[in-house]
Amino acid sequence: MAPVARETDIVRLLSAYDRARQNLIPILQDVQEQLGFLSQDAVGAIAEHLQISENDLFGVATFFTQFRFTPPGRHCIKVCQGTACHVRGSGLIMEELSQKLGIHAGETTSDREFSLERVACFGSCALAPVVVIDDKVHGLLTPKSADELVDEMGSRRDETVSEA
Amino acid sequence: MAVLTRTPLASPGDLEQMRAAILSSRPAGRREIVVCGGTGCRAAGSLELFAALERELTQQRASDRFALKMSGCHGFCQQAPLTVIEPERVFYCRVGRKNLESDVGDMVQALLSDGEPVRKLLYRHPVDKERIVHYEEIPFYAQQTRIVLRNAGRIDPRDIDDYLARGGYGSLAKVLSMQPADVIAEIEKAGLRGRGGAGFPTGRKWALCRAAADDSMRYVICNADEGDPGAFMDRSIIESDPHSVLEGMAIGSYAIAHGVAPAQGIVYIRAEYPLAVETLTTAIEQAKRLGLLGENILGSAFSFDVKIKRGAGAFVCGEETAMIASIEGRRGMPTARPPVPAVKGLFGKPTNINNVETWANVPRIIEGGADWFASIGSGESKGTKVFSLVGKINNSGLIEVPMGMSLRTIVDEIGGGVPERRQCKAVQTGGPSGGCIPAALLDTPVDYEHVQQVGSMMGSGGMVVMDEYSCMVDVAKYFLAFTESESCGKCVPCRMGTQHLLRILTEITEGRGTATDVETLQKISETMKDASLCGLGQTAPNPVLTTIENFADEYRAHTEDGKCPAGVCRELIQFTIDQDKCTCCPQCVRACPVHAISGEKRQPRSIDQEQCIRCGTCREVCKFDAIMVS
Repeated sequence: MAPVARETDIVRLLSAYDRARQNLIPILQDVQEQLGFLSQDAVGAIAEHLQISENDLFGVATFFTQFRFTPPGRHCIKVCQGTACHVRGSGLIMEELSQKLGIHAGETTSDREFSLERVACFGSCALAPVVVIDDKVHGLLTPKSADELVDEMGSRRDETVSEA
Repeated sequence: MAVLTRTPLASPGDLEQMRAAILSSRPAGRREIVVCGGTGCRAAGSLELFAALERELTQQRASDRFALKMSGCHGFCQQAPLTVIEPERVFYCRVGRKNLESDVGDMVQALLSDGEPVRKLLYRHPVDKERIVHYEEIPFYAQQTRIVLRNAGRIDPRDIDDYLARGGYGSLAKVLSMQPADVIAEIEKAGLRGRGGAGFPTGRKWALCRAAADDSMRYVICNADEGDPGAFMDRSIIESDPHSVLEGMAIGSYAIAHGVAPAQGIVYIRAEYPLAVETLTTAIEQAKRLGLLGENILGSAFSFDVKIKRGAGAFVCGEETAMIASIEGRRGMPTARPPVPAVKGLFGKPTNINNVETWANVPRIIEGGADWFASIGSGESKGTKVFSLVGKINNSGLIEVPMGMSLRTIVDEIGGGVPERRQCKAVQTGGPSGGCIPAALLDTPVDYEHVQQVGSMMGSGGMVVMDEYSCMVDVAKYFLAFTESESCGKCVPCRMGTQHLLRILTEITEGRGTATDVETLQKISETMKDASLCGLGQTAPNPVLTTIENFADEYRAHTEDGKCPAGVCRELIQFTIDQDKCTCCPQCVRACPVHAISGEKRQPRSIDQEQCIRCGTCREVCKFDAIMVS
């Protein structure tokens, strides 16, 4: 998971970029990597740095699927929706996980443990169907094995909690 | 990395000297253990395998006798993780899937004792079950012609020495003593066409950009925004052989810009490909350090630098003008042509965009010559094409074949046919812009012209095999759901057209279709093809039109009989178990996600229709064809 950066970090990050419009998307990517999402404050700071309106910035940021405006869960589950995954049953995996976590794609559980996302294609088609959890690729899944993977993540959390 | 002085190379002679030094530091016959580090093998545990091999070699005090290295993708991801012993080319697959320690121990033992290869790790022929020892004898590889992928799986993509040892950057050195116009002529003569989908002649594209009236800049872009779902050629090429792409771009920039304007290179790459970004970043740094990129390359007057731009997840940005908008920091929406990017592109400057695979072909053409390249392939389609062969196929992975090979050879021989003795029903090529080629047309030669004749297109090279359990209406709906959400919304035919096509297809798959639906689908499709602004909207109807043309009866079964013959559309089906065929094994009971299948021991199973969610998992796992769809 992305480390939580402070506001001063954002200022420092922005100072590395000159005020050219073409830096907008790299900045958004950089900030999201730091914060995990694009906060209202960050959006304001970026718009000011590039001297464009927040409206204009949102127009670009919402166009691309990479950007999010709410904090992600501790674990990010991405279900591949590529063609190879589709014909090998990725829809069922999404359904299973959605039901298990009680959220739809694009949402985060209320305890902020899990985010569920759909991704167009990871390019790991030979391993279809594929789910990526916290940047680790898991291939050749079934609804059941995907379910178990998520259980594993959950139990790992329980351990860390009990240790604490 | 070899211990050589790392000062920038000041001439082509320096490059050859360095190459000779690298080669002499590697005695002939030196044995290498090459572990695949592609995304597929990593997912199957190749990083752990590499670490285990490292440990074992240290423990056996054999680290200095063998070179252990990690390569990029070998293509046969199905058998991951892969390890190849060089120079014999012994091919080990599924290494460590069951028992990492013992597999690694056996492998190192076989190497130390110079004995027979480890039998249990050899590839097993799917038909005659014989073990196959060598890479090239495996049916998956035997029919391939590897030009673009010739280094893939052989070199360490993070070590420029490996690329140089195989002749790398020799073509760039050669080109620097040629006239730019002659370089363009060579590429034109070779007949290289764009591998990104449309197949525009590369040489002509370069000539247009060179001829543009502007002496301030030429932008040379590599399109690595591989957006087609079901395709991963570009990712694999960059992950396994990044310098081929960089060398190709440098050659292209020389041909387009040298003597006319300065050149700047950009690789526009998907954010979903972190490993490819990392590999490419390393490659650019290494090439710069050796003076193979940057100011005065190899002591010449030609300068060229490459930057990476990460895409932010928009399919339409594969379209040239949309990509340009997004690099400029705007919404990735296409603009009307003319002006074409070759005349007025990025920041208003002449811009040339080619796809990853096209660039990777360039150094090979310069090296082997236009005549050699043009002798491969068919008709107007020269050279090879890389495909990602996936879906319902036994050997899935990345393949490279000469243009003009029949789909049947690809599916049956390289792909090893469809699993579970099922029948191939169709092959989808070209991603969301392509179409479904039915099994009856499997003898179609795969090249630009023939694939287009059957209503599909090459696209960037996705090839998804479907069997009788794949519903063609559902497939069309799947692609429209994709293009509907990826349509940028700028022009009405595409924005509204994709919405309506998707709505109608959804109704058909949910049993609410009517007899006139197919006609409406066709009408909307034709309008979209004629009136959409960019390639996305113009080609989005292809999956609909080709499935209507080739699988009309499947559409009719949905709209008229309220049935889904493939057993996919849930609202239209019911699963039952054939009591005579059921062998009372527990497979389906275990697999059912909602525990809807019951049955006493040694009693045929049965499905509780109330609980059943019609997911079809039971049918997938049943080895006896006992699950029936009605």
